[in-house]
Amino acid sequence: MAELILTRNFHRPDSHALRLYQETGGYEGLQRVLALPPVTIIETVKKSNLRGLGGAGFPTGVKWGFIPKGHPGPVYLVINADEGEPGTFKDRYLLERDPHALIEGMIVSAYAIGSHLAFVYIRGEYVQPWRRFARAVEEAYAAGFLGRNILGSGFDLDVVVHRGAGAYICGEETGLISSLEGKKGWPKLKPPFPAIRGAFDAPTIVNNVETICHVPHIVQRGAEWFAALGTATQGGTRMYSVSGHIRQPGVYELPVSVTLRALIYEHAGGLPDGRRLKAVVPGGSSAPILRADEIEVAMDVDGLKNAGTMAGSAGVIVMDETVSIPEALMVVARFYAHESCGQCTPCRESTGWIFKMAQRIVEGKGRKEDLDTILDVARRGAGTTICAFYDGAVGPYISYIEKFRDEFEALIPK
Amino acid sequence: MRAPAGVKVQFTGGQLQEVRRLQALYPDKRAALLPVLQLAQAAFGYISLEAEEYVAGLFDLSPAHVHEVVTFYTLFFREPKGRHVVSVCHNLTCHLLGARRVLAYLKERLGVEVGGTTPDGKVTLLSVECLCACEMAPMMQVDDRYEGHLTPELVDRILEGLG
Repeated sequence: MAELILTRNFHRPDSHALRLYQETGGYEGLQRVLALPPVTIIETVKKSNLRGLGGAGFPTGVKWGFIPKGHPGPVYLVINADEGEPGTFKDRYLLERDPHALIEGMIVSAYAIGSHLAFVYIRGEYVQPWRRFARAVEEAYAAGFLGRNILGSGFDLDVVVHRGAGAYICGEETGLISSLEGKKGWPKLKPPFPAIRGAFDAPTIVNNVETICHVPHIVQRGAEWFAALGTATQGGTRMYSVSGHIRQPGVYELPVSVTLRALIYEHAGGLPDGRRLKAVVPGGSSAPILRADEIEVAMDVDGLKNAGTMAGSAGVIVMDETVSIPEALMVVARFYAHESCGQCTPCRESTGWIFKMAQRIVEGKGRKEDLDTILDVARRGAGTTICAFYDGAVGPYISYIEKFRDEFEALIPK
Repeated sequence: MRAPAGVKVQFTGGQLQEVRRLQALYPDKRAALLPVLQLAQAAFGYISLEAEEYVAGLFDLSPAHVHEVVTFYTLFFREPKGRHVVSVCHNLTCHLLGARRVLAYLKERLGVEVGGTTPDGKVTLLSVECLCACEMAPMMQVDDRYEGHLTPELVDRILEGLG
């Protein structure tokens, strides 16, 4: 069994308590880390091959390196805790069960990028996780880990916990910034990238909860240690959320090189009642679907990319042989139609119409040309919008139809 | 739309203090709009047009801006809601594991459609996108809590526990 890093205390009922966090090594190396040159931390994170674990998989240290050198004004660190990708629930576990791991990660990361004010944007529905995390922030202030002159280092950091109000698009980093600024969560055109001009027009780094939780371990145990846990292009472990037709649904922390087959059958217990696997969504609903004969694939960012899908948020949804793929597409299409922010025409229009077409196919009222229309609209729209939301919707539209076309055609009247 | 009788769209002194505290947390006070709207919803029950105007005044924002924000997010209610809100997840994993049955059962038990509130004003029923608790599918949110592994018996017990 591989070593657990982020989830090592999850089995303890008091895993969220400051005392337990400190007893298991938490905040122990912080004083030493806050004496390092910030650039050393950025270089270490670069070398560790840590990649963003919210969905995009961008190298974290490289992102940090985009902050303009010697920027005279404020720089902000924003934690994306707006977990919303269907099939994903790992950040909820981190907020509830190890909030201090995120706080320590924020201190180290903010120090590295020269930020003295950090925001944690938590989805509005996460009320209990928000309470847990906000309480931990209070504890950290009281213990001198946040605020002025942290542990005598001369480094100051304030943390503001900000709650969302229900909108998937705010998990997109520029949509999140708009929302944090008190506006509707419309994504912004890039460039400028947030690292150049982000929240409140200042250089801003937006990172996912799990990504930031890895940082203290990397800085203390070394880039080589972290890199060696993973593949040539992605270091470490990550937390896989496994759900659907699976014997033991839950969060599994494993090296990123684990195969989808091993995750399903060795770690999560396989399918219940001896049922047969039909398909798997490997990285949240935006990841193209895999057939049962395509699961011999490594779950790292590049492994899944090479298999024509994506690691995304590592939300794994398992479907057995009883599942109707057209119905699954209808459910997923309803989600994208509901969550499109409406800013870009291709996305706003296509997500709505594709949902209607998927719905009429399931109801037995589909038209012969519907499948090709969906594929055509999906392919034409991809890459034409401000953010990656529509590209995410296109993943399931195309893959569900291409891989299970017979099932769709069987529902369409001749 | 007006606030229900007895609920005046006006923060107390303590609430106004909280508004100022929230506004001071951010480099630009307008960033406190979401938290202040959350405060307004808790105080007034829902965000009426009158409440939007009132909040706009606290920020030197136009009521149109506040309206645009309120209507963008699903957690702001623009009409009175029940004392409890039950939101059934209908996304993929929950769908695979029986969300439709859960929703049908709730509609029958409560005698309302999705979006409706029971005549006694106790429960508003919603059907929502992924709440990110797929490991406990089928699941729903009941006010602040997540309830999972739902069966008709469990749904009955949860409903009975609501005051």
